[in-house]
Amino acid sequence: MSVEALPRFRAENVRGMLRHGLITVAFCCFIAAALAITQHGDWGAQMVYSLSIGLISWLFIDVGRLLISGHREILWPSGPWGYLLVAGGVTVGFLGGNAIGDAWTHQPMLDFGSFTERKLATTIIITVTATVCMCFFFYSLGRSKHMRSQIELAQRNATEARLKLLETQLEPHMLFNTLANLRALITADPPRAVAMLDRLNNYLRMTLSGSRALAHPLAAEFERLADYLELMSVRMGERLRYTLDLPDDLRGTPVPPLLLQPLVENSIRHGLEPQVEGGAITVRARQLDGRLVIEVSDTGVGLDAAQTSEGSGFGLEQVRERLATMYGDQGRMSLGAAPSGGTLATLSFPLPPQA
Amino acid sequence: MTPTALIAEDEPLLAQALKAELAVAWPGLQVLAVAGDGRSAVREALRLLPQVLFFDIRMPGLDGLAAAAELADSWPVGEAPMPQLVFVTAYDEYAARAFETQAIDYVLKPVQPERLRKTAQRLQQALAAQQQSKPPPAAADEALERTLAQWRQVLAAAGGNGSSPQPAPTAPLKMIAASEAGGSIVRMVPIDEVLYFEAADKYIRVLTATREYLIRTPLKQLLAQLDPETFWQVHRAVVVRSSAIEAVHRDEAGKLHLDLRGRTEKIPVSRLYGHLFRAM
Repeated sequence: MSVEALPRFRAENVRGMLRHGLITVAFCCFIAAALAITQHGDWGAQMVYSLSIGLISWLFIDVGRLLISGHREILWPSGPWGYLLVAGGVTVGFLGGNAIGDAWTHQPMLDFGSFTERKLATTIIITVTATVCMCFFFYSLGRSKHMRSQIELAQRNATEARLKLLETQLEPHMLFNTLANLRALITADPPRAVAMLDRLNNYLRMTLSGSRALAHPLAAEFERLADYLELMSVRMGERLRYTLDLPDDLRGTPVPPLLLQPLVENSIRHGLEPQVEGGAITVRARQLDGRLVIEVSDTGVGLDAAQTSEGSGFGLEQVRERLATMYGDQGRMSLGAAPSGGTLATLSFPLPPQA
Repeated sequence: MTPTALIAEDEPLLAQALKAELAVAWPGLQVLAVAGDGRSAVREALRLLPQVLFFDIRMPGLDGLAAAAELADSWPVGEAPMPQLVFVTAYDEYAARAFETQAIDYVLKPVQPERLRKTAQRLQQALAAQQQSKPPPAAADEALERTLAQWRQVLAAAGGNGSSPQPAPTAPLKMIAASEAGGSIVRMVPIDEVLYFEAADKYIRVLTATREYLIRTPLKQLLAQLDPETFWQVHRAVVVRSSAIEAVHRDEAGKLHLDLRGRTEKIPVSRLYGHLFRAM
């Protein structure tokens, strides 16, 4: 919900209000007709009473509603104010409408004493029921409209997040440099070119479809890391060395796809790439007190120096978010200095009960 | 005379590929060396004095733009004319756009033979023109100034690493929250007291007439928040208050230095920014 105040009588609100007015008129005509037929009354008089009561209530409630909460997104006052507004609308509408009706039919103004008790009760009941029904009807209408727009907004946000994710994973600079290397290899070393193309193929397939699956085995996650690191080591040559360490008994552990990818990417981009001599990356999985602990460490320039370069925030935020979605507060991630001088990212979450 | 070139590219395969493609597109060109990072590119260029530079933009240590800026400063113009500069980039939207507008030559990776041949032709023409005119000193100065102006514009337009958009201009800074050198106290320093900024490693030194403070904002970000009339960049790492400049000195080597009112140290002026101080 936005915090900033909107104009109370913005075009969209006024349009909504006039629509309510039209529906109210139709509804009042219906009541007048029903009364005229059942009580064999005067059509014109019934119409005047009904329309006057209805329109005054409508004006009071709708204008009051916008005055109280028109600057917010939910156009209905919260708490007791809503009920008070309807009660006020009923009272003002009843008195004002009857006054106009009495003037039209040349009867003593608001002389309810001359009514039979039953007639007074009927009029009040009709007014109250009709107003409450209309208000409830409009309230539900507005509510479902608001919900619809909220759902649309959420969907839009989700799509945007997905796009952004894809953009970071398919970073154009990485892609074009990889293609340039591939082009060089095709003439220089065809078998290596084919191997590289296969890695690129795996990497692209995973990136484009990976975010849809909920989980895959840790072994598959390490395979994908190997694809990425192998691609990068073709590009960086001797400047990149890596170790992937996955114990056999953890191979089948389900993890969210591409969970580790952003961490390895950060290590390369912000840790090793700025360093002339390059460095090493180690990804290690182990079991500790019923939890899976994964460490991504590098011998790069370190957190301090990397902080000045932009762009690592989104990747980390994304890892945190995915951990939180999958494991709640049981999923943890920390970022610190590696003993070897680079950066060490550690994440841990409970191992699923062994089947 | 055989034309000579230097390639700066951190990805070994791509460096080899560019060399191979150049051998086809420009058989007469002799590639003197291939440097794997910005620092060694500068070192090798100064040692070998090639006529053409092919610089990758994203390189470890010193990126291609910064390496070019450093070369502009330290190039011995008396010994050899400023080299022709060609940037090689995989995907640097902003940098590429800057080159486009400044008509600076650049080549996209993967390098297309056709495109490279055109570049080679242009370079050959430029070198031929340089040789023919064997210019009197005045014309040489003019040519140098033209080259410098071109480099200056590219470096300014492409920004620090060429991969991110320029930060949106914000309202000029009034106060700077800076830590005192060696201390844990943060001082609020009015911008009006600052005489100059100097980038040093991870920090920027903020100097007033009497004191020195440190901030961690990158120079590029800081520049965006300073009034360009009040503060001038005179060097890759130095931004001075223009009204504090008292005198400009030229030493025997032709290098410029500034005296600032209120400071005793000499401030170096990069060759790229020398045009600011030409006598009116």
